[in-house]
Amino acid sequence: MPPTHVPTPPAESPAIARSYSVAIAGSGGAGVMTAGSLLLDAAARAGLYGLMVRTSGPQIRGGEAAALLRLGPQPVATLDDRFDLLLAIDWQNLHRFADEIPLGAGSLLVGDSDAGEPPEALRAGGTRLHLLSLKKAAKASGGAWVNMIALGLAGALAGVPVQALQAALRASWKRGAEALAPNLAALQQGVAMAHGLPGERPLPLQPPAAAPAGRWLLSGNEAAGCGALRGGVRFVAAYPITPATELLEWMAPALTRVGGTLLQAEDELASVNMIIGASYGGVPSLTATAGPGLALMTEGIGLAVAAEVPIVVVDVMRGGPSTGIPAKSEQSDLSFAVDGLHGDAPRLVVAPNSIADCLAATEWAVQLAETLQAPAIVLSDQFMGQSRAVIDRPAQAGVAATRLTASAADTVDAPAYQRYLDTASGISPMAVPGTPGTVYTADGLEHSERGIPSSQAGDHRKQLDKRQRKLDRHDYGPQWADVEGDADLAVITFGSTTGAVREAVARAAVQGVALRLLSLRLLAPLRTESLAEALRGVRQVLVVEQNHGGQLLRYLRSRADLPGRASGLHRPGPLPLRPGELCAAFVDWVAAHAPQEATA
Amino acid sequence: MNELAPLATLGAADFKSAYKPIWCPGCGDYTVLSSLTKALATIQRPPHEVAVVSGIGCSSRIPAYTSCYGFHGVHGRALAAATGLKVARPDLTVIVTGGDGDGYSIGGNHFMHACRRNVDMTYIVMDNHVYGMTKGQASPTTEPDWDNKLSPGGTGIRAFHPLVIALAAGANFIGRGFSGDPNGTAAIIAQAIRHPGFSFVEILSPCITFRPEQKGWKEIVRAAPVDPTDDPALAARRIMTDDGFNIGVLYAGHRNPYPARVGLAERSVAELEREFEL
Amino acid sequence: MKTPPQTLDDFMAVALAMENEAVDRYTEFADMMETHNNGDVAALFRTMAGYETKHAQHIMAQMGWTAAPAVPRERICWPGYESPEAAPVDEVHYLMQPWHALQLALAAEQRAEAFFGELAAMTTNASVRAAALEMQAEEAEHVGLVKAWMAKLPPPDRDWSDDPDPPRYID
Repeated sequence: MPPTHVPTPPAESPAIARSYSVAIAGSGGAGVMTAGSLLLDAAARAGLYGLMVRTSGPQIRGGEAAALLRLGPQPVATLDDRFDLLLAIDWQNLHRFADEIPLGAGSLLVGDSDAGEPPEALRAGGTRLHLLSLKKAAKASGGAWVNMIALGLAGALAGVPVQALQAALRASWKRGAEALAPNLAALQQGVAMAHGLPGERPLPLQPPAAAPAGRWLLSGNEAAGCGALRGGVRFVAAYPITPATELLEWMAPALTRVGGTLLQAEDELASVNMIIGASYGGVPSLTATAGPGLALMTEGIGLAVAAEVPIVVVDVMRGGPSTGIPAKSEQSDLSFAVDGLHGDAPRLVVAPNSIADCLAATEWAVQLAETLQAPAIVLSDQFMGQSRAVIDRPAQAGVAATRLTASAADTVDAPAYQRYLDTASGISPMAVPGTPGTVYTADGLEHSERGIPSSQAGDHRKQLDKRQRKLDRHDYGPQWADVEGDADLAVITFGSTTGAVREAVARAAVQGVALRLLSLRLLAPLRTESLAEALRGVRQVLVVEQNHGGQLLRYLRSRADLPGRASGLHRPGPLPLRPGELCAAFVDWVAAHAPQEATA
Repeated sequence: MNELAPLATLGAADFKSAYKPIWCPGCGDYTVLSSLTKALATIQRPPHEVAVVSGIGCSSRIPAYTSCYGFHGVHGRALAAATGLKVARPDLTVIVTGGDGDGYSIGGNHFMHACRRNVDMTYIVMDNHVYGMTKGQASPTTEPDWDNKLSPGGTGIRAFHPLVIALAAGANFIGRGFSGDPNGTAAIIAQAIRHPGFSFVEILSPCITFRPEQKGWKEIVRAAPVDPTDDPALAARRIMTDDGFNIGVLYAGHRNPYPARVGLAERSVAELEREFEL
Repeated sequence: MKTPPQTLDDFMAVALAMENEAVDRYTEFADMMETHNNGDVAALFRTMAGYETKHAQHIMAQMGWTAAPAVPRERICWPGYESPEAAPVDEVHYLMQPWHALQLALAAEQRAEAFFGELAAMTTNASVRAAALEMQAEEAEHVGLVKAWMAKLPPPDRDWSDDPDPPRYID
């Protein structure tokens, strides 16, 4: 469903706080990413919340790039429908970002008067254009960087106090003090330019009197790494792949500090087998990858299922299939994650639904994997993984995962230790190498309860039942999904689209359209009873996701009894789903599913 | 005979496509592309009879920058794809390109077996001792003490010696080039293409963005002080003691290349079916 | 220097090859700069490529050639790996400024001038010497032109190579 228009902003309501969206764009050394990061940092210091997404051209250095930010008084989990301000240090190849930087009536377009005309693609919709001497002003400020002018200008227009901008710049400054002064001056100059702009402009934000205490600023990849450590992971095997590499790079020094270790593998076949080996040895283990890497890891994940070895594989989803679109987000690995193993191979799939949730969901995945002695796939994505946000302090760390291990006592009633004992829960004590009396051989071959390879029908049935039962019988608690509202029409989604969907539902409510929201966090095993309970009273469901084939819709239809005739709203990447278009679609969908009027 | 005869009808420019590379300015791969196209211009085959197969990484972007048939496959599997292509289509000239991460890490297994199998193709590895595309991790040829984010303080693991592996595994031609010497590299590549069997050419190609110190390579590379040899034992001694900066053809052997069999039909399918008849 | 050319034809073929390599190199630099949004420097390199093209055409016209003759590797007599007039690929930078580009060009012309002078001193063939001296004089003229051009340009910014943003992923 391509965006066809830029909807007008919603009415003010307590549910939807006013936000400010700014894009800073430029090329070749303009430093727009740095400016964006500093603006986000400054906004945080001023007590605001914010989200920053990066986009760039195909060059490794010097290419066109844009920092896309949304700032506001409440946590921000999605980009808005349009930007209040596009500040372009130059226009080089900016037309490539036209789809990602939608502008509308009232949007400000600020550029450098020496950089020529802005591209046509950005002029549509009644934007107000201001051309200022950005580069000249930077030069005049004793050779400061032009992105400092941009930072001051954008910050002031957004309503971020200059003290916060200065503090952010000072805190990040790594060069000498003499170099800082002209850049602070340039910052001030940018602020002055903002105040000097004639004409109307979008309303700036009003930062709170005091910044809320204890918040964090981090990326989804960092959050996931942190969640893994909280969950008890102490061994990571790593192979670089966009957009997961930063998760591994964050964990490398962090693990060493907490007594763990990270090993760079020769490829993903090696990394999945390395973490299986480490986990067999008793150490909670994890790796992170993207679609192409997950594809390589499937044999290993199947081995972890069959041998009942806990592992966690974070899949930071990107555009697919195959090499696809490496630096852009999509939710198209769902089918693969929930079903993509040969044989009957039940496994855990957990999907964080925000940058903040990347921490909690990954921690939970580690706990589940360790408790259930099974592999868990964490379905993150590039949008969450590589974007940064200000979040409220996460809840206190839970109890680290504990694996049910075997001791010599477990051999008392049997002639030998039975690693794969058929228990009521399906979970059998797992011996740690080095423990006397519980020696066993883990095996991907089907096996008896003792762990001896077996092709017997009875053993196969028993073990298949055991591996399914242990996942089915576990009490997953309320974390399996976020369920909000009690309307009789429901929207179901997962992952990073949750932010946009949640905001769209809030906007629809302002228009008098009530919707129930389900964001599924536990995708496998699918809790059909919990789902039925969450959908009690619902007549129709609409499944929203960012992929081409409607993977979640197909999955739910095939595994659960959905009320009415489930429909899907899905679009592949690379463009994000935005709240305005979703709200409009929801309103239309609700109208189309109005309850039948009773005939007189 | 006038030795200054005019150029053959095809020049290096005929082997370049219209697409401009996105490599960082200063990257060694620009001159490797130039060397490759110069070499191809000397082998008297039109671009459409040449296939360039690659994996994933900066170096692996090369096929689209040539006007040959190209295959930009998945990470590390270029040699496997190229092997399938050449065995199915022995009439084509097959060139395989990639970097040190793609080729020696995830591609390591295929590298060993491609050398062993000795299918007639030419494998060009642009070695910059780093994973460039994913922003600077250690590759198998990176020095053990090179500090980077994924392995802080360095991997501590001895670097890979690809030429030694190639020789031990059976490669029929082993050479090393340097991107700072485009004409010399072009000559090595041309020789490699002409040499039957699996020809392996490692080209030192500095990464200006993640390993700017490699600009210094041009001061330390040297022409190999020996002639190429066809004696594997002698080549082994040389390559085992090589410091990684000797440029030239180091080994040119006489193994028979993997024989081309596809296309020579002996019997029809109908004739084969007779074996099932009662 | 390796063996200098022994005939006028050989010498002019080498000189032409030098010009053509310079054309290719400057054109490549122009494309690189354009892809990396450095329009000013891209334009400058294209201008340089244009000048070298003219020089090459001049040599072809002088010799009555319609195509550049092949120069066998044994006849390549320049000292380094590459033609003295081809600026090395590792000396460009995506943030380079016009002054830097001219500095590259200046160095190239100076190397070419020195090369022809050395060749003139080493050759035993009178017509080759005469041609080499003529080329040397022309390169000296180019050196002067580039210097004059440089004098009109502002010097590069002190922190011209500073990019606050880190490199990016694309694959």
